[in-house]
Amino acid sequence: MSGVSRRRALKAAVAGGLGLAMPAIVRANAGSARVVVVGGGFGGAAAARYLKLWAPQVQVTLVEPLQRFYTCPFSNVYLAGLRRWESLGHGFDGLRAAGIEVIHARAEAVDAARRTLALSTGHTLAWDRLVLSPGVDMRWDALAGYDEAAAERAPHAWKAGPQTQLLRRQLEAMPDGGTFVMVIPDNPFRCPPGPYERAAMVAHYFKQHKPRAKVLLLDAKDNFSKKALFLQGWKALYGDMVEWVGLADDGRVTRVDAAALEVHTAFGQVHKADVLNVIPPQKAGWIAERAGVVDASGWVPVKAESFETARVAGIHALGDATIAAPMPKSAFAANVQAKMAAAAIAAELSGRPLPAAAFANTCYSLLAPGYGISVAGVYRAEQGRLVEVAGAGGVSPLDASPAFRAAEAAYGDAWYAAISADTWGAGA
Amino acid sequence: MGRRRPLRCAPLLVVVCGMGLSPLAAAAGPSRDDAAVLAGACVNCHGVGEKSPIPDLRGMPEDHLRARLIAFHEGKAADATVMTRLMRGYDRAQIEALAKWFAAEGGR
Repeated sequence: MSGVSRRRALKAAVAGGLGLAMPAIVRANAGSARVVVVGGGFGGAAAARYLKLWAPQVQVTLVEPLQRFYTCPFSNVYLAGLRRWESLGHGFDGLRAAGIEVIHARAEAVDAARRTLALSTGHTLAWDRLVLSPGVDMRWDALAGYDEAAAERAPHAWKAGPQTQLLRRQLEAMPDGGTFVMVIPDNPFRCPPGPYERAAMVAHYFKQHKPRAKVLLLDAKDNFSKKALFLQGWKALYGDMVEWVGLADDGRVTRVDAAALEVHTAFGQVHKADVLNVIPPQKAGWIAERAGVVDASGWVPVKAESFETARVAGIHALGDATIAAPMPKSAFAANVQAKMAAAAIAAELSGRPLPAAAFANTCYSLLAPGYGISVAGVYRAEQGRLVEVAGAGGVSPLDASPAFRAAEAAYGDAWYAAISADTWGAGA
Repeated sequence: MGRRRPLRCAPLLVVVCGMGLSPLAAAAGPSRDDAAVLAGACVNCHGVGEKSPIPDLRGMPEDHLRARLIAFHEGKAADATVMTRLMRGYDRAQIEALAKWFAAEGGR
């Protein structure tokens, strides 16, 4: 089938599914449009759900190796001992119930010309549109001494899973009076406020169980998300327990000695840890590279109107893997990008105009039970690029009342429940 | 989960099947498809039912929603935390579309 007639057939198939009066021969094609989504996180699962919702006749397949997806959001709360591990896990029955085919396999290779995806099971899936939401991979070559083996001793815990549980066990085993050292990368990286929330959550745990312990943050940059709010909150809640060292004060770590639990800074200082958490520089998840959609930065450039990749037509990408600044690499951002991509694909397959691109983001951080802060932004597309809507967005006020902080802590909890239900289905 | 129910695609279908006939499209403001995308951001916090401290917007009276969203937009909601920061990024036509969208979502 030629490209043009294939597109026509797709449009006809989609229109047929929407109940327009169509010849029987075309109606028989309904459902022949197939969209394959790679990745079962906040981006991928939401893309699959909303595509099925908005274009029910399209055959939607989700490819995700894990039977249960554990979220990075709220994994810091788990580290604090304030949340059970299982509460972070989400299954895929809700997606299946919505009519989405879920295949637990790894995506191995993309053939953009033939429009196929090869799986670790040996199967090959054909697609009309491919959506990649692969999250991040660690750059194991970016920080001397820090490779996958080193991460078993000095966990990154920047993908929720065994790494997170390992870090929790290490924190529990650490003696009172010990030092927890966190190595924080330069931008861009997954979840910009995440390291600083983690510092507060670890300090909360220490305050309860190891009151003489220290939290030392070694940062490759001088500014970070919600900085003034974190500095104020750490001080108010934990006194001198949390110490942050930025780039200007030689906070940039250039070498890790995981066996010795030591890190070396750019100007030769050596810091010894009792528990060492190294968050290394990151890049788009591996399959994006295999699909040929990443640029020299290691991330995926996208068209802001549709989150179709700039490099390969027919392939969309979402979430942390993409270059979407000024949107952050957050779960909320991935979810709304997924809805935009789903709406764009649904419109395109049925020959309707693209809906106007509109995005928002809200990220809550918990500093202690009843003490939450937030950052928000509103975004739109302008000539293929994302721009922040002027006059909107921003962070919680400094010196806010305890009631304000308590409200934002409660809203953070409610956000997690709502976005999880929205992404994987209620009860998933 | 109380009032929680799956999002419906019905409003979208109305436009697809009768393009240009909806009042929103006629007003040259956001189309129903545009509204669906706009509303997609809201439900990431709003929408887990009565147990949540964040109100479920589905089925709220349109006038109430419009008034609240305008108050947030203008910085006049004394109890606001993040909503003022968010709604400053939405214009009157978008607010109108959202008020209509959520009022209709729960009305079925």
